[in-house]
Amino acid sequence: MAEFERHSYDVVVIGAGGAGLRAAIAAHDAGARTAIICKSLLGKAHTVMAEGGAAAAMGNLWPDDSWRVHFRDTMRGGKMLNNWRMAQLHAQEAPERVLELEEWGALFDRTPDGLISQRDFGGHRYARLAHVGDRTGLEMIRTLQQRAVALGIDVFMECTVTEVLTDDGAVAGAFGYWRESGRFIVFETPSIVLATGGIGKVYEVTSNSWEYTGDGHALGLRAGAPLINMEFVQFHPTGMVWPPSVRGILVTESVRGDGGVLKNSEGERFMFNYIPDFFKAETADTEEEADGWYDDKKNNRRPPELLPRDEVARAINSEIKAGRGSPHGGVFLDIASRRSPEFIQRRLPSMYHQFKELADVDITAEPMEIGPTCHYVMGGVEVDADTGASAVTGLYAAGEVSGGMHGSNRLGGNSLSDLLVFGRRAGLNAAYYAGRLSESRPQVSERDVTAAGKAALAPFSDAGRVDENPYTLQKDLQATMQRLVGIIRTREELTQALVELETLKERAKHIQVEGHRQYNPGWHLALDLANMLLVAECVATAALEREESRGGHTRDDFPLPSEDWGSKNLVLTEKDGVVSLKHQPLQTMPGELQQLFEEE
Amino acid sequence: MGPARAKVAERTFRRDRWWLSPLGIGLILLFFVVYSTIRYFMNDHYWAAEEHYLTPFYSPCISASCVPGSSHFGTPLPEIPAFIPIAIVTLIGVGGFRATCYYYRKAYYRSFFLSPTACAVPEPRGSYKGETRFPLIVQNSHRYFFYVAALFALINLYDAILALHGVNGGVGVGLGTVIIWGNLAMLAAYTLSCHACRHVVGGRLRNFGKHPVRYRFWTLVSKLNTRHGQFAMISLFTVIFTDFYIMAVAADWFSDPRIVN
Amino acid sequence: MGYDLSMRVWRGDVDSGELAPYTVPVEEGEVVLDAVHRLQATQAPDLAVRWNCKAGKCGSCSAEVNGRPRLMCMTRLTDYDPDETITVTPMRTFPVVKDLVCDVSYNYEKARELPAFAPGPPDPDGKRRMMQADVERGQEFRKCIECFLCQNTCHVIRDHEENKPAFAGPRFFLRYAELDMHPLDTNDRRQLAQEAAGLGMCNITKCCTEVCPENIKITDNAIIPMKERVVDRRYDPLVWLGSKIFRRDERTEV
Repeated sequence: MAEFERHSYDVVVIGAGGAGLRAAIAAHDAGARTAIICKSLLGKAHTVMAEGGAAAAMGNLWPDDSWRVHFRDTMRGGKMLNNWRMAQLHAQEAPERVLELEEWGALFDRTPDGLISQRDFGGHRYARLAHVGDRTGLEMIRTLQQRAVALGIDVFMECTVTEVLTDDGAVAGAFGYWRESGRFIVFETPSIVLATGGIGKVYEVTSNSWEYTGDGHALGLRAGAPLINMEFVQFHPTGMVWPPSVRGILVTESVRGDGGVLKNSEGERFMFNYIPDFFKAETADTEEEADGWYDDKKNNRRPPELLPRDEVARAINSEIKAGRGSPHGGVFLDIASRRSPEFIQRRLPSMYHQFKELADVDITAEPMEIGPTCHYVMGGVEVDADTGASAVTGLYAAGEVSGGMHGSNRLGGNSLSDLLVFGRRAGLNAAYYAGRLSESRPQVSERDVTAAGKAALAPFSDAGRVDENPYTLQKDLQATMQRLVGIIRTREELTQALVELETLKERAKHIQVEGHRQYNPGWHLALDLANMLLVAECVATAALEREESRGGHTRDDFPLPSEDWGSKNLVLTEKDGVVSLKHQPLQTMPGELQQLFEEE
Repeated sequence: MGPARAKVAERTFRRDRWWLSPLGIGLILLFFVVYSTIRYFMNDHYWAAEEHYLTPFYSPCISASCVPGSSHFGTPLPEIPAFIPIAIVTLIGVGGFRATCYYYRKAYYRSFFLSPTACAVPEPRGSYKGETRFPLIVQNSHRYFFYVAALFALINLYDAILALHGVNGGVGVGLGTVIIWGNLAMLAAYTLSCHACRHVVGGRLRNFGKHPVRYRFWTLVSKLNTRHGQFAMISLFTVIFTDFYIMAVAADWFSDPRIVN
Repeated sequence: MGYDLSMRVWRGDVDSGELAPYTVPVEEGEVVLDAVHRLQATQAPDLAVRWNCKAGKCGSCSAEVNGRPRLMCMTRLTDYDPDETITVTPMRTFPVVKDLVCDVSYNYEKARELPAFAPGPPDPDGKRRMMQADVERGQEFRKCIECFLCQNTCHVIRDHEENKPAFAGPRFFLRYAELDMHPLDTNDRRQLAQEAAGLGMCNITKCCTEVCPENIKITDNAIIPMKERVVDRRYDPLVWLGSKIFRRDERTEV
């Protein structure tokens, strides 16, 4: 076997989005020799697509805001299924993390007295999203990227990790390939931080880019780290629906935060018909009150358009099913009739640009057509709240790839702050762990390296079987997931999905790619497909098991939440290609936090 | 070209008429240069005595060779031989301002230097160092030409006020007066919208929050600045037209229609 | 309302390459990147192309369409006649890796050469205050999605490979301007911009502004103001004299 390129580090971070970069900065600051590996170029990660802002209870506009209120909003948004400790740490540390970005050069929008301005978002009681117009994610990733560059952290761009290598149950390294040359690369490291983002690409209509193939979920699972909450997939209520080529591209929630409303084909502001009992007390039930809220939050309740995302997505779905949809199968999102063109252009410049350029729609003059799009997976690698450590020694996870923080549904704006808070914690602890190890580091076994190399080249081997095109297979997988494991689920459909996934897995064994190893997207997709199939199976398996509706998981055959299900997570593990599942009770919240919910 | 670049034989794949705009602008600039050269060496027909019109090309006329009545600011310069333009100071000041102007630089670098003629169209020369060395490093003097041009603009204002004189005394307005004022407005817009002006009034600040008044000025000039190129071209035509008109009146090819008086 | 689009796509690598002709069915509302993806899925599975967001936000799919530097995801097919053959080539200024993918490491090297943001101490209450007006100036530059189309189109390096070591390019002039205009930054970047980054090589022909998919006024708002700031520092005799007489750093004053 040829010698592979080898590198040795204390901490290797997989993924260069917000969480990965923040983790790498933290690990570097803690003294660890750190490397970042990313599938794309540096600065292109999906975090750039985040638009609205980073939720942090800084109280710059509403002094009544505090981490307790933020914590409560987060838990209620997640329908109490969140890991309470993560939600607490998140709410407590988010302001500090946001201010830190400013130290590194971020330019957030300001209040009149020069502090960071904050904006309204669904599920948040106060305006608390630090933002930069509607391109907050870009600002964040650029700031972190520039910080990482300034610190001189090594970055391996366009490099994909295909296997986490372990030694006696502890992380020993990682195996991957350079996308550019197709050559293999081995990292020897005792600490790996998974920060690979989500799984959105297993769906047909998604706001996610090609990178979102569940790599970290699959790497963790195969290395022995359980996944939790995989049944909870967030469908963002507002994605573009027309033209077909842009279907799924995100329309930021800020449109609603800044005054946009949802209307059906009859011109009715339908969200008033979909206010669930759980949120009745805090949601406006007349248009007057809803409109009054933007300026006077004390005396008015929130407009129903700003309910948590799962509620809004379901409502839109019902309207479309009832035949009150827009011409291209969505509903209308109207800000043109409610705000001045100047206001819209100033607050939502990228949205204006996006609709103008991609759909020929002037959002200052006409409503947008929007519909739900797969956006985020709440589930992920089960981690320790304080350290980000998974069940595998030396394996950490942060950001979308980790599970627990958001429970069954994530509030808008909580993702960017989640990346910062837990990215930092995972990076720090990964560095501490590597530091404690001293001499006796786990060793990468040559047998594992050889096996990983062989597996990576499998799509090239011509065994004279039926050729499967990876692009076709991906399309079929996406169709299956969209049709059978979408927003509304039933037992029959989920069972059918698992059957179809078995067939797809079988077909995947016959993938045959053309060309050579140098920058070959067909080959890259073939390798990513294995991960996608595994996470798709996890989602479907967990969704079939959970017989209730909660947050990002809606069962037509069990339309209500159940108290019994509300007290447990579903935990998924994998061994020899077989996914198994068990129930696990939630950790109990301490009394003082519980009180926050009893006061209401 | 670097050896590792994609080997593409075609110099450009652009199929639009990318050469049209640099060609058109080049011709306009060429016309302006030829016209001004002729006019500056003409040393005549710059003062319409009866109507009190002084062409901006010769303003201020400060040489002892200036025709009587045209020297509003005295004649600090001695007599100048006929082969040297008597308005040499104006030529250098105003010409320098336009030659170092950021807009004109773009225009003539594209049209005359062909570097590049149009975007993504290769330039013909082998090596390129831009404005890093003599003579092009002199472009950095634009700021001072702006100060000079601003002074000339004030002098033009004075000339324009004089052009309000009636032919028989008192106040009068002729077609020429209107043209002079129109030209003055365009010159002012061109001068005020200049990038150096934008820098001087507020652009050089690091902290607008501490200088609210200069920030207001900067905002205003910034708005004008977005149309600097337009003002540059419009004022080019108005200044030629004004000069030509005054030349025609001064040379008695044409008599100025009077509106008032 | 779909039709069959004829395309020529540059296929090749460092050693050789050619324009390969294709015919690919396209649908209403599609962009060039959709056509390239369909090619990839049906006719040329190993066609190399970079892309991520497909919404003009990440700046990955830069290429040249009919000779013009563009983001493929923002180039609508309706901009072309259905009978027209569309030619897609990789960015010319950077070394090619394969097909439409270029080695853009030049840009990452230039990013490393730039001194980072260096704020002074915060306000006494530990917070940092900036006015929206100040923030907005930098925000325009921070809209940059690093598609590197400005770098690609800039003739200083596009037509003169030998200038690369001495020239940072429009994307980084933007960064210099952003930091030099940042109300909290304490570095003086003017000398550096002129000497290390090669600001003087720019002849403001505005092609960077012309190709910027984010419509950043790179030349008017970043490069020219930086040139003027350099004049303050290096070519202004009054300022020079002032600094000699009063012995003050002219920078702290503004």
